[in-house]
Amino acid sequence: MIVIGIDIGSVSAKGYIISNGSHHRTIVPTGWSPRDAGQAIIDQLLDATRIERDQVERIYVTGYGRVAFEQADKTITEIKCHARGIAELYPEIRTIIDIGGQDSKVIRIGEMGQVLDFAMNDKCAAGTGRFLQVMATVLGLDVSELGGAEEPGQMQMISSMCTVFAESEIIGSLARGNPKGGIIAGLHQSVGKRVAAMARRMGVREQVAFTGGVAINQGVKRAVAKELGTRIIVPEACQYTGALGAALLALEKG
Amino acid sequence: MAGIDLESFASIREANIMKLKEFKQNGGKVVGRYCTYTPNELILAAGAIPVGLCGTSEKPIPAAEEVLPRNLCPLIKSSYGFAATDTCPFFYFSDFILGETTCDGKKKMFELMQEIKPVHVMQLPYADYEHALDMWTEELRRLRKRIEDEFGVKISDDDIWKATDLVNRETVALKALCDLNQSDPPYLSGIDLLTVMWARSFNCDHEELISMLQELEKQILASPADPAKSGARILLTGCPVGTGTEKVIKLVEELGASVVAMENCSGYKTLELQTEQSFNDPIVALAHKYLNIPCSCMSPNPYRMELLDRMIDDFQTDAVIDLTWQACHTYNIEAFEVGKLVKSKGLPYLHLESDYSNSDLESLKVRIEAMLEMVEK
Repeated sequence: MIVIGIDIGSVSAKGYIISNGSHHRTIVPTGWSPRDAGQAIIDQLLDATRIERDQVERIYVTGYGRVAFEQADKTITEIKCHARGIAELYPEIRTIIDIGGQDSKVIRIGEMGQVLDFAMNDKCAAGTGRFLQVMATVLGLDVSELGGAEEPGQMQMISSMCTVFAESEIIGSLARGNPKGGIIAGLHQSVGKRVAAMARRMGVREQVAFTGGVAINQGVKRAVAKELGTRIIVPEACQYTGALGAALLALEKG
Repeated sequence: MAGIDLESFASIREANIMKLKEFKQNGGKVVGRYCTYTPNELILAAGAIPVGLCGTSEKPIPAAEEVLPRNLCPLIKSSYGFAATDTCPFFYFSDFILGETTCDGKKKMFELMQEIKPVHVMQLPYADYEHALDMWTEELRRLRKRIEDEFGVKISDDDIWKATDLVNRETVALKALCDLNQSDPPYLSGIDLLTVMWARSFNCDHEELISMLQELEKQILASPADPAKSGARILLTGCPVGTGTEKVIKLVEELGASVVAMENCSGYKTLELQTEQSFNDPIVALAHKYLNIPCSCMSPNPYRMELLDRMIDDFQTDAVIDLTWQACHTYNIEAFEVGKLVKSKGLPYLHLESDYSNSDLESLKVRIEAMLEMVEK
């Protein structure tokens, strides 16, 4: 059987195709149109695997753009998809921390990969990928460079959680001549603290997986691990966990 | 009473504006009220009409924010906004406003509302112990006197007992209607339930309202339950919800589930409470009843947990949603205890914090949807 899972996030759209047991994945920027991004994912997946559209049995879609995408046979929330994806990759995991472009969440899962409880950040962008992106711009970096640019030894605390206030705080900190690497370490710590508080409120059960685009950032990973006092596992394709979960659920007709 | 249906309830508000106008033209007196702590019995005993003032619309909030801080409960801002903009006919017809010190925001807002219309504020004690009851009894006596002075009438004990009987019967009729939803599938959708519960506070004639409720119950029982409503059964608790602020109920039901019961004060919170007629003094009897209301302003508030525990079982609940309006500290903090209770019963618990705007519909939806996925049948 051939199925596709798509996760249309606020920053990028991710896709997984499962064709008789073999997997293929792809990613595109979401841009302004979640519908076009979803279509691009399907085109790329089919192209790369030389599969025809009508050979695809089911397409399950998740992520904030799921509602706009008419080709979905079913839409599922990111929460269930991340749980399913992680259960496949690491069956021993009981807590998932996911930080994407516009939200962060903590999910507790049971032995069968079922969602037991979850929490999400408020409606603002504090502590998400968008927050880091704005801060990277102020520092003249691309968001992907933040992880490698931190200097934890020179940590400069960032106390503002609000994206707008944190931006001003960084500008002030730079003006006082503080080192960039230290400011970046402070940013990572503030993101880590925020998500760790959310996780502790729900009760952290080992092991902990960290997914979503922000998990690529080694500095944030380190900060979360330090705040929680646990080892954190980041899947090799951490951004694709939701798409993988959607594809698996499509396979199982879940 | 024939021909009563849900539509009759949806039109109560409009119909009663005219009735109220006529009542006023003939010299009748009206008291505007916001909260379930309002002893309607004393107003009815004086031959006056208590009317519900809602505060469930986003519309007057910008006007309210010219005076009140932005970071305040939307219900308080909306209530004040309607008064400030004079856009609520029920506020307009009210001879005076009856408020209670249920929360810090409300009591300070009432000080400002005083400049628009006379407000009588009842000082509410926050616990159920002996001298709290004494204080609350004295507050009820003070209100009785205020109504007598304001309207130039004498309220006899006998009048109060008659009014308690009326309100008791109305509560029984409302509870019977809500209890229909203990069946699976439920008879009423959450939106239908809200329509009835919200509209009833605008009805001037309580005897008529009781007949309407009983007739609606009969008609609902006579028609077969809709098997389409067999989705997940949700219990809603937390801050008050009314027509205009039903976004969470709407989202739940658009996603195929049903809000089968509402524990909040516009819903089931007060429906088990009856004024005991065995007391010698009707004021003491009323004090007992009203001080038992399990609002989160009470500290501690064990009856709310008992009530929720029972409602979860009685209404065959699959999951609980706890809605806190922005800046309502007492419900927000009490959510922790509610969450513990719900999870100890093995059910998913979702705490939502929101305001009257539609800006967070998508993020509310994903949370509700994820919770429904947890209980998918």
